[in-house]
Amino acid sequence: MKVQDIHARLADRFGPWLVAQDFEALDPWIEVKPEGLLELCRHLRREPELSFDLLNCITAVDYFQPDPKKAAQVEWQPHLELIYHLWSLAHRHRLVLKVRLPRWRDDQPGQPPEVASVSGVWNTADWHEREVFDLSGVRFVGHRELRRILCPEDWVGYPLRKDYEMPAEYHGIPSR
Amino acid sequence: MMSDRPASEIVDFDVHTDEMLINMGPQHPSTHGVLRVALRTDGEVVTEVTPHIGYLHRSAEKIGENLTPRQFLPYTDRLDYLAGMNMNLGWALCVEKLLGQRVSEKTRHLRIIITELSRIASHLVAAGCYGLDLGSFTPFMWTFREREKILNLFEEVCGARLTYSYITVGGVTADLPSGWLGRCEAFLDQFEPVIDDLHALLTNNAIFIHRTAGIGVLEPAMAIDYGCTGPVLRGSGVDWDLRRDGEPIFTDMYEGYTWRVIASTGGQYPQDHPYPPVPPEAVLGDSWHRYFVRMLEVVQSMYLIRQAMEKYSRAGGVVDGPAQVKAKLPKGEAYLETEAPKGQMGFMIISDGTPVPWRVRIRSSSFCNLSVLPELCRGVLVADVPSIVGSLDLVLGEIDR
Repeated sequence: MKVQDIHARLADRFGPWLVAQDFEALDPWIEVKPEGLLELCRHLRREPELSFDLLNCITAVDYFQPDPKKAAQVEWQPHLELIYHLWSLAHRHRLVLKVRLPRWRDDQPGQPPEVASVSGVWNTADWHEREVFDLSGVRFVGHRELRRILCPEDWVGYPLRKDYEMPAEYHGIPSR
Repeated sequence: MMSDRPASEIVDFDVHTDEMLINMGPQHPSTHGVLRVALRTDGEVVTEVTPHIGYLHRSAEKIGENLTPRQFLPYTDRLDYLAGMNMNLGWALCVEKLLGQRVSEKTRHLRIIITELSRIASHLVAAGCYGLDLGSFTPFMWTFREREKILNLFEEVCGARLTYSYITVGGVTADLPSGWLGRCEAFLDQFEPVIDDLHALLTNNAIFIHRTAGIGVLEPAMAIDYGCTGPVLRGSGVDWDLRRDGEPIFTDMYEGYTWRVIASTGGQYPQDHPYPPVPPEAVLGDSWHRYFVRMLEVVQSMYLIRQAMEKYSRAGGVVDGPAQVKAKLPKGEAYLETEAPKGQMGFMIISDGTPVPWRVRIRSSSFCNLSVLPELCRGVLVADVPSIVGSLDLVLGEIDR
């Protein structure tokens, strides 16, 4: 099924939650509001004609330009974007979902933004969400064990944020 | 205490010992690198398994944000370091997808020769180390002897034996040296009967079957749910291989080739080669089947290489060289998964129009394959944990990135 058809099917039920789409991109995507993500994912997984059974990857992209000179030229407002790559083995079609989040919850630096966890829909999301939490700082509400996975558990900060600064030392080990 | 039930069941359910926490790794030979697994045991029975990873984390994605795609290429070698060529190909194709570029006919066949050789090398390590995990030393020596010959061939091609950076954005770094095809052909002729020796050593070895058949059975639905791919998924009988089912930029490479996806469908493996029979103890989706799928894929890779060498020789034109190091990237996003020996390896590149990507994402196949371990190890004996870990064929460089 083409992404246009998938979008048309979703628009009937989830219309108000679908905020943007690009069918011409290399990987056509649909953007969904954070509050609709979980229910949409459940639908994508369970609906027999869609049956997206494989979650390939969850990616978080930090749109923030720390350099003030360059920041004046970018056309986006600072935000965080989650990208979900889905695949249906049964129907051999693909879909990319995007979710736009604020960089920090309530504009309080250090407070990760929140979004519903889809680990109850695909078990792949369990570790992928832990990784996104660890490296990009997104709190997945409803995740059973959201703790760091690649960095040590007492690590401070979210390394894949564009304004991340490497700590000078970790337990007496100099980092530079 | 008399009972009609078999002895093993009595131990499992009637007698409980004090719960014990066992730490396996990160320096443990059968965890294939720096994987740490915390086992909660009741006597010999494992009740809970928690993998801890990250000991080899080198911030590959962050490094990718500071280098141009061609400069990042050597870092991809160090992901799955047992199949560096396949990692190179995954990254090169992903960037080519963003650039909207296709390589020449000759380059396409050359890439197949190289990546399928790399797949054989990787599967040989998997089979040999798996034998070693289960206490059999000979297969390890024999598979490494054959792998060594592949590494010699790679060394002739690009000068490196492990971290090649050979297949690169735009093409390959250099054409094959003269006489190489003949030496590759000689290797394949010599290697073909060795596969039967390996089958005799492991596949139908009674001890090996005891240690692997019926152990760690992975249901197809669970495999897909956890994102398991590659031989782990096909070992559960799911007929899915990106070389046939993937995105056009990857499947076009294999257009015109005759080969089979190795998966047991309807209880039968493809019969295009005299493979040994499946022992009656083996259950679809167990450790034995995961091992067997790899061994059969080695033969398919040999078919592919033979065809590719012929097509390469006949193809006109020249082999494409690398793209410019600091060329500007078009604005956009490209995500591409390719079939690496361990499973579906995904790369994503997000560009803002400058030569350096805004974001690089690496989707690791072993990462997802490992995440199913707690499910597979629930209720098995302690001695079966290395058997299950080994059957997943993990490479920690790829998991931790």
